[in-house]
Amino acid sequence: MSAVSDALRDTDLDESQLQRRLLGIWRTPPGIVGWLSSVDHKQIALRYIVTAFVFLGLGGISAAIMRLQLALPDNHLVSADKYDQLFTMHGSTMMFLFAVPVMQAFAVYFVPLMIGTRNVAFPRLNAFSYWVYLFGGAMLWFAAFSNSGPDVGWFSYTPLAGPGYGLGKRPDVWAQMITYTELSALAVAVEIIATIFKMRAPGMTLDRIPIFVWGSLVTAFMILFAMPAIMVASTMLILDRLVNTHFFDVALGGDNLLWQHLFWFFGHPEVYIIFLPATGMVSTMLPAFTRRPVFGYTGIVLALAATAFFSFGLWVHHMFVTGLPRLGESFFTASSMAIAVPAGIQIFCWLATLWEGRPQLRTPLLFILGFIFNFVIGGLTGVMVASVPLDTQVHDTYFVVAHFHYVLIGGSVFPLLGVIYYWFPKIAGRMLSETLGKVHFWVAFVGFNVAFFPMHILGLEGMPRRIYTYPADMPWAGLNLLSTIGAVIFFISFLILLWNLMRSLMAGAPAGDNPWDAETLEWATTSPPPPQNFNRIPIVTSRSPLWRHRDEMPVIAGMRGDRREVIVSTLTEAEPDMLESSPAPSIWPFWTALATSITLLWSIYTPWAIVYGAVPIAVTLVGWFWPKGSKEDES
Amino acid sequence: MRTRVALNVSPLPTNAFGSRALTWWGTIAFMSLEGMGFALAIGAYLYLRTRAAQWPINSPPPDLLPGTGVTIILLLSLIPNYFAEKWARSMNLKKVQWSLVLMSVVGVSPLIVRVFEFGALHARWDSDAYGSLVWFLLGLHTTHLLTDVGDTIVLAVLMFTRHGNNPRRFGDASDNAFYWDFVVLSWLPIYFVIYWIPRL
Repeated sequence: MSAVSDALRDTDLDESQLQRRLLGIWRTPPGIVGWLSSVDHKQIALRYIVTAFVFLGLGGISAAIMRLQLALPDNHLVSADKYDQLFTMHGSTMMFLFAVPVMQAFAVYFVPLMIGTRNVAFPRLNAFSYWVYLFGGAMLWFAAFSNSGPDVGWFSYTPLAGPGYGLGKRPDVWAQMITYTELSALAVAVEIIATIFKMRAPGMTLDRIPIFVWGSLVTAFMILFAMPAIMVASTMLILDRLVNTHFFDVALGGDNLLWQHLFWFFGHPEVYIIFLPATGMVSTMLPAFTRRPVFGYTGIVLALAATAFFSFGLWVHHMFVTGLPRLGESFFTASSMAIAVPAGIQIFCWLATLWEGRPQLRTPLLFILGFIFNFVIGGLTGVMVASVPLDTQVHDTYFVVAHFHYVLIGGSVFPLLGVIYYWFPKIAGRMLSETLGKVHFWVAFVGFNVAFFPMHILGLEGMPRRIYTYPADMPWAGLNLLSTIGAVIFFISFLILLWNLMRSLMAGAPAGDNPWDAETLEWATTSPPPPQNFNRIPIVTSRSPLWRHRDEMPVIAGMRGDRREVIVSTLTEAEPDMLESSPAPSIWPFWTALATSITLLWSIYTPWAIVYGAVPIAVTLVGWFWPKGSKEDES
Repeated sequence: MRTRVALNVSPLPTNAFGSRALTWWGTIAFMSLEGMGFALAIGAYLYLRTRAAQWPINSPPPDLLPGTGVTIILLLSLIPNYFAEKWARSMNLKKVQWSLVLMSVVGVSPLIVRVFEFGALHARWDSDAYGSLVWFLLGLHTTHLLTDVGDTIVLAVLMFTRHGNNPRRFGDASDNAFYWDFVVLSWLPIYFVIYWIPRL
């Protein structure tokens, strides 16, 4: 420890020397090896975001093809088999490759900045998680392009997905895609929890944590307890298919409802895993555009926790038509309706913030208002389908399709689009065009509602989900055509966003550090932030640190100037407790992810892949773990 | 933005054990998600048991001897593990080195007995859903054991190199012992489910 006291510290350096040193220590090495070795949370998060949006594009194109197919009765644009693959790929991509990763990616980018630290808790695990996610998503889409795309729906029900009916390797591809993406999501959840618990800037007590960070924390806990269910289930499924186990084989003591229970024990919290970060984004953006702190901070935080808690007690409402006992159904109806209460608390807090504030109708606020409008519709139909008789009537119809798209797109994608306008200036250092942003909002809002509102009526008229076409004598053609027109408009809205992003990257107005005059710490550094995030770690004395300290920010001194170092603080009071080194870049997480991915892919064909694959995985893990003699390793 | 230095953190330590350290939180988060996986696998077992006319479906209950042997070995291993953690916290290099060697040996021994456990189940994974479940449960815990023993062996070797005498490594040794406690404790409900529920 004596060597530590002799070490170079920031107190020995003036501001420009400190900045130069920190840049040298925290920058990612150049070249392809450097690129593959990056452990900078911002770089990895950006890769996550871009990859997730590529998958959004692929999922969106699948949806567009489905809508074109359904635009006219008796249409044969795609075959029934291709249509099955399209809706399965659409759902699986949107849920597993877009929605969860993109929410986690924004957390990986912004949580360290918002809590005033220099990286996430386990930067190499973060890098590993990205590569596993990328390889898993790529595997799914390569399979789809080789006519091996899963085709039994995003929830891959048995027996359809089991050894008796599942075609070729299609359900296995789905099951292993789950392993990749959930492994990656769980790894990110672990690092987010540790980061938020232990790396907050001094003074950021529990009641000063930004609400987006609270949302990310609650979501990470939900992932921790929900995702193992789908991993257990998909492993059982692949074992049934590969080595003749009988988990879902009724003839030998298995049960298909076991699949549904395990799937929905994950699947229902999944909806809130996607939704809660979005509500956190709304609560974080609102103060900047109403010029006041969010109304009911404590109520919103408790509502987040309550939603997470309730979300684990609702899964059976997806199974109301499976003939479960009446008492069980009543319990799950009650809990499904109860979860509307914390959602309502959040909405009323946002309305109160708008009411009490001075709303400025910039693009992010437009998306927030659009979100509130659309999500309330989705929430109301949610309360409707929580009721067993109504659910029985509309189960597996387009009413349900309308409901969950209002919840997922209305409740999650609209805030996400708003947050792109809000945070893009921080990430890129340039503003997006407000005019294009407003055009984008209105085209998206109109397109979304024209695409999805008619589906409510189609569902009530009896149109089932997952049919590749319908005869002309059914009364569905007009509304389907209208829905397709809406889908095309909605699709175009994303092209407007793409144009806005490209235009801004080339010639957008410089953003400055804090273009929205927002209150949270990510705006206390430059746009884009430097590799070290902050030259000096801020001290937090308020829930709105940038409004409290407009002229001069209190900061910390005494950190090392010769190695990557972060402050570890206490859990509740965020008192500085320890100075810990933060891992340097390493290519080993990439090699480990590659070895893991090849093993998982191989295991679709033979169970021995796990045995043989364990060797390179072990070797790469040792390479990752073994100290390389850097200052960070030997601290 | 202008800044004003308001606190000097240079006197802070660079190492701590237990819940003060980041890795402890990472470890406990991994324990939570793995524990959830075990709980769900046990839930699946109990669920399918309610669907079956008799349990086990078509085989006698597993023999108690190998499984109980593993349980006893694992419980006894908590004693050297306690000292391994204690010495890691006191950063005593020699004792940590030898405790890790001992824990590597102690970790391998239940794996040897485990081989006989699979035979004592009297059901193959492909015989029926009961067989699939007990192999699944045992397989999950064996994977757990294997990875932790592997980790212990690598750490033991590392402690004998020039990298060993370092507060970070002592933290790793402490977390490794902490994780072993979880490996042992998570076995107890699985042992009860596999060996005793068929006898209820």
